[in-house]
Amino acid sequence: MQAKQTVRAAVASAVVGILAAGNLFAATLDAVKEKGYVNAGVSGKVIGFSAPDAKGVWAGMDVDFARAVAAAIFDDPEKARFTPVAFKEAFTALQSGEIDILARNTTWTYSRDTKLGLEFVGTLFYDGQGFLVHNKLGVKSALELDGASICTQSGTTTELNLSDYFASKGMTFKPVVYESADEATVIYDSGRCDVYTTDASALAARRAILANPKDHTILPEIISKEPLGPAVRQGDQQWSDIVRWTLFALITAEELGITSANVDEMRNSANPSVQRFLGTSEDMGQFMGLTADWAYRIVKHVGNYAEMYNRNVGPDTAIGLARGVNALWTDGGLMYAPPVR
Amino acid sequence: MQSGRGKEARGAPAGTERGSLFNDARVRAVIAQVVVLLLLVGAAAYFSYNAYQNLSRAGITTGFGFLSQPAGFDVSQSLIAYSSKSTYADALLVGILNTLLVSVLGIIAATILGFFLGVVRLSPNWLVSRMAAAYTEIIRNIPLLLQILFWYLAILTPLPGPRQALQLNGLLFLCNRGLLLPRPLPAEGFTATALTLLLVVLLCLALIFWSRRHQQRTGQRFPAYWVSLGLLLVLPPAVFLLTGSPLSWEVPRLSGFNFAGGITVLPELLALWLALSLYTATFIGEYVRSGIMAVDKGQLEAAHALGHRPWMTYRLVVIPQAMRVVTPPLISQYLTLVKNSSLAVVIGYPDLVHVFAGTALNQSGQAVEIIAITMAVYLLISLLISLVMNWYNKKVALRGL
Repeated sequence: MQAKQTVRAAVASAVVGILAAGNLFAATLDAVKEKGYVNAGVSGKVIGFSAPDAKGVWAGMDVDFARAVAAAIFDDPEKARFTPVAFKEAFTALQSGEIDILARNTTWTYSRDTKLGLEFVGTLFYDGQGFLVHNKLGVKSALELDGASICTQSGTTTELNLSDYFASKGMTFKPVVYESADEATVIYDSGRCDVYTTDASALAARRAILANPKDHTILPEIISKEPLGPAVRQGDQQWSDIVRWTLFALITAEELGITSANVDEMRNSANPSVQRFLGTSEDMGQFMGLTADWAYRIVKHVGNYAEMYNRNVGPDTAIGLARGVNALWTDGGLMYAPPVR
Repeated sequence: MQSGRGKEARGAPAGTERGSLFNDARVRAVIAQVVVLLLLVGAAAYFSYNAYQNLSRAGITTGFGFLSQPAGFDVSQSLIAYSSKSTYADALLVGILNTLLVSVLGIIAATILGFFLGVVRLSPNWLVSRMAAAYTEIIRNIPLLLQILFWYLAILTPLPGPRQALQLNGLLFLCNRGLLLPRPLPAEGFTATALTLLLVVLLCLALIFWSRRHQQRTGQRFPAYWVSLGLLLVLPPAVFLLTGSPLSWEVPRLSGFNFAGGITVLPELLALWLALSLYTATFIGEYVRSGIMAVDKGQLEAAHALGHRPWMTYRLVVIPQAMRVVTPPLISQYLTLVKNSSLAVVIGYPDLVHVFAGTALNQSGQAVEIIAITMAVYLLISLLISLVMNWYNKKVALRGL
């Protein structure tokens, strides 16, 4: 199946490359308004980021982010559609115009940003790569993993970090690489590998679906920086502004103490920052081709960053991640947005 | 025919108006071919240029420069020295060699098993022939993908871990990390044995060739096969012992998480090889059966009448004639096997598609170039196999027909 997907992606990109008539990379906003929805490419399988919940409704950080973009444009979060894309075809799907946003817990790296014709708009979740091992091995640290067989997913930053980490520590490992994270997890569970490695947030989600989650431990070492963020096609400044400021709006709302519950009364706030942000004093949306209340719509329908975090990956969810580095800068975290003015 | 008509046209009676070049069928044919060729080349050039333009406008890096950049990822099985510091070109070579490895192993096993199946299915022994028929019908009617997954997920990965590995005398180990074999370590002086072996093999080939011609010329038979076997069994071992047995074995031993030393045959390779061989063998078996049945009954009767024993009848009369029928479909089975090996991707065997069109594609992001290279490599491998097999086909084909 995966092989077919690769071919499909490659053919799609080739066809686009060969036949595209030129207006493909122009006004995405107009195209989105015309078709009436935002098409977001998501993983579809990572609980907490993008997966259908028990009722079959899409849920997760990436999903909520796409809904926020749809809310800003259409005043309706349901105008976001989700296309599960395999990791292998993710970039090509975006390049070829099949999707409008890639929100697929994807790491922002230099080469992806510069070489692929993509633009990462910011970081939605600061992550790092970790290791999952079976308790019976008695391993307490990643430094004890010399010679281990390690399962991971192909084509990821995970795969590259793994090589770098072991080379830098003078250790060896045996890579066992699969096309999909699902398969890598199943095979790890079968005992073919000693270790499973991916982003720490996903490790927690993956551990939850193993046969005996309690028999497995996530090692303390985090070996990489994985800033996960949404990406758009390069060359449409208006569209990348909309997506970037949707992210900043989520963070700004948390900074200003605006939530989906109090956003209506906050419209009467005397605070000039809040007034500007919610569009009651100035029309800030016009410069992106949106309405004055674009940020109000986002908060009203999706909430602020904290609400989104706690709903999907926070301590009260199955993933159970503390805010950590994803807290606001005022709380010692890395979440920071330029001022809306 | 065309050239004939062309000559007629030119040989039109003198004095009449000289015909336009377009009246010459041969010239017309050449012009048509040139035009079609130009159109094809033009279209290819146009599409390539257009693709290049669009990709660069979209800010996507193009070109083949990435091949000399470090790949940055490791591969589980490599026949050449490879590390994460190697280049994308090295990764391509690793992928090609791994594809070739499983293809060659698969072709050998499928051919042997296929011939066996084909012959056995025609056996007068009811039980034996029914068993071969049942095997053929079951295996060839189950999709190959399922068979690969069966061998991998149902047979090989559920094996015990390295610490509880199944073992044979502490030399061979089978576990979910693969099949571990001792590795031969030739010491100084082993070259003498190797050279002797090579010389003896050449000598035996020459002997067999000479004995054939000798028999054709004089009718006398020389037991070349028996003499060859004798030479092979005596000379190299003698040299080996005389030089002081310069060969040791590195036995795999448990170290940390895995076995260290020895040769590891990955479970991914085993599963793919088993599935490809067993599946393709059923088709080859059917072709062999049809080839044998295509040999005229009179040929068999004639051979029996001449006093040939069943084995000699098969070897001298049936098989050579059957091969004429078997070879062409055999070629396409070999080609199919090579291409089917790309299903490796579902179990993570590092073949060309997995390593290059998978990992390398995503790490470099250069989809168009990488898919083009991958297709070109498969095309090249297939053309090479066709070339060799067509040469063989010409050799066994009936002459003068």
